[in-house]
Amino acid sequence: MSRSRLLSLFSALAAALLLTVAPAHADEAQEISLLMKQGQRDKALERANNFLATHPKDAQVRFIKGLILTEQNKAADAIKLFTSITDDYPELPEPYNNLAVLYASQGQYEKAKTALEMAINTHPSYATAHENLGDIYAKMASQAYDKALQLDKGNANAQAKLAMIKDIFSKPAPRQPAKTVLAANAPATTKPATPVVPPATPALASAKPATAPITPVAIPAKASESAKPVAAEKPAPESGKGDSKEAILAVVEAWAKAWSSKNVSAYLKHYAPDLVLAKGESRTNWEKTRKERISKPKSISVTIASPEVKSSDATHAKVTFKQIYRSSGLNSETWKTLLMVKANGKWLINEERIGR
Amino acid sequence: MMSKIRPVIRFFLLLMLGLVALPAGGMGDLLPPLQYARSHNGNPEALLVNILLKIRQNRLDAALQDVDALLHVNPNFRLASLIRGDLLMARAKPLTAFGSAAGGTPEQVADFRDEARVRLQRYLDQPPAGRIPKYLLQMQPEQRHAVVVDTSKSRLYLFENNAGEPRHVADYYITVGKAGAEKLREGDQKTPLGVYFVTANLAVEKLSDFYGVGAFPLSYPNEWDKRQGKNGHGIWLHGVPRDTYSRAPKASNGCVVLANPDMAALGKTLQAGLTPVVISERVEWVSVEEWRSQRERFKGEVDAWRRDWESLDNERYLKHYSPAFSANGQDFTTFSTQKRQVHAGKSALRVKLSDISIFQYPGKENLMVVTFTQDYHSNNLVNVMRKRQYWQMENGQWRIIYEGSA
Repeated sequence: MSRSRLLSLFSALAAALLLTVAPAHADEAQEISLLMKQGQRDKALERANNFLATHPKDAQVRFIKGLILTEQNKAADAIKLFTSITDDYPELPEPYNNLAVLYASQGQYEKAKTALEMAINTHPSYATAHENLGDIYAKMASQAYDKALQLDKGNANAQAKLAMIKDIFSKPAPRQPAKTVLAANAPATTKPATPVVPPATPALASAKPATAPITPVAIPAKASESAKPVAAEKPAPESGKGDSKEAILAVVEAWAKAWSSKNVSAYLKHYAPDLVLAKGESRTNWEKTRKERISKPKSISVTIASPEVKSSDATHAKVTFKQIYRSSGLNSETWKTLLMVKANGKWLINEERIGR
Repeated sequence: MMSKIRPVIRFFLLLMLGLVALPAGGMGDLLPPLQYARSHNGNPEALLVNILLKIRQNRLDAALQDVDALLHVNPNFRLASLIRGDLLMARAKPLTAFGSAAGGTPEQVADFRDEARVRLQRYLDQPPAGRIPKYLLQMQPEQRHAVVVDTSKSRLYLFENNAGEPRHVADYYITVGKAGAEKLREGDQKTPLGVYFVTANLAVEKLSDFYGVGAFPLSYPNEWDKRQGKNGHGIWLHGVPRDTYSRAPKASNGCVVLANPDMAALGKTLQAGLTPVVISERVEWVSVEEWRSQRERFKGEVDAWRRDWESLDNERYLKHYSPAFSANGQDFTTFSTQKRQVHAGKSALRVKLSDISIFQYPGKENLMVVTFTQDYHSNNLVNVMRKRQYWQMENGQWRIIYEGSA
């Protein structure tokens, strides 16, 4: 399991929360997470507890407290806390992800799997959860294989657990931008170029401190090229050639309309042939999954709110908006970013990300 | 529920299943898998077959659910664990072959594939309805059951004695010798082919866990085997160690091994000293009519021998014996000389046969194993004994090639 993915997950979670939950107390949350990042866990925890005494439902601070508890090796408490966040905010995929990481570190792969499926259920295109789920499946598969081949079960389990902790948290590996977007983009809106929350794990204590931030830091370098505030503030002159922001937005609205009317073929026509998918996922499979998800609910309504369009050049644009999804089975509100590309005179979605 | 199954695994699972040819025109006569599984009331093999067929239909999520349920009840069903591993692993990464990601040796994976193949084959190729193995020509009344083993199909069939006519009761997956069938000598790790009888019911508590819930020695080597110079010993029907549900199709040292629940069920029907166990490489099934006419024909042969013996006409009597006859240290010459002497002193002889069993030998040897109670009543001797004869077809005639007490 690539721990870097889960590593970034932690920071991503906090980042995403800052965005998705109205950050009334963002400053407090940031200060607590800064304390945690500096290694002052007890102090951070105390401050979080004080804050929660008056704001018991605050998602951000509860989330950060969960990370602190995880760092303190209080997995049971952390699981309890993250579970309570999922109870209160079932539309957020991140607490589910975190739960999965905790369960996985305990070898409870079935529970980890269920948690990740919940995350994916709320956010079908959540690449990190998909990948983590793939890793969980691999772990479960290897347990099944060990049983089939009668390998020493006691040992195998222990190794799997240790390997997971080590894998998850101590060997940063190069990552694909698609999976790190949350981590990369979030800082831009809060604190540029700093992970909002340091990766928090029991293993971190023994890992080289320098390795921890590598992932979150490394990614922005790439992603920020198109996301620099500078670029954003300049009303991209390139977009002048008839491709007004309104024109691009109209495409996004049409996409939401196709989705809302459950018109799968019209919906899928909005995606570029080289759409960026989760690692290992085939286009065919993705289309199939999308088709199932769009067909299943009796009704769907997708509303685009607070859209922002940024074009870096005549054929590339980034559209960020709040996606309000209502269906017979699920309601969710999330920030979404579409990376659009113009091909043959048409704007198509090249990549779809959760967050902004 | 997401489904990130790679086409690759589909291809390979299909390839695995492709080892078993489906009947032309689909599955016409077969019960649909679900109905089959239900009709077998939670039978692990039926559930496994159901899972394999779901994989074949690309219903991989459903297959995974079923395999979880199967393993919940039978956690030591290693083949099911392997399939579960593949179904899970296929969601994580592409698989190159059945069990390829398991980290086992090629032999281990091949064993699992073979087990899956023979179990699936049992479903696709069900015992022919209305037909019976040609071996069970006549069961004596006390023989409540007969066992027929097909080593090529890794299958043991249990028949009940329904007024002399064998009726299929159940059949079970089995493990046979590592080196296959046709045992010749000690240590060759092969399962013998022939007509045997259960000789004992061993007390499990005195045996190691290796033999599982039951152990029933067979009469290998029998009279015919010894005559052929075959040797070795300790060929049993037995169960498996408790840490596994089943063993690979070819894994024993020659014994016929069953899953413990199957051994327990079969064990209840086995009678020490009585139950016949016919082991064949490929069981031949015949229609009831064919079976009945063969039985009557052969019973006529035995009765002719009995009548000719009663006639005390040595030529008529001895023509039932093969020139290759040998038994108890006698060849045909010494045997016929002795019989002529005995018969010379007799004025009257009555021979009654009862409790006759007749089993045809498997394979190419045209051989019958006949066992009966012989009530011999002459002017100077009365004797009742249990006798066994081996009859062989020679130039279109059935001749006795061995006889002795049983």
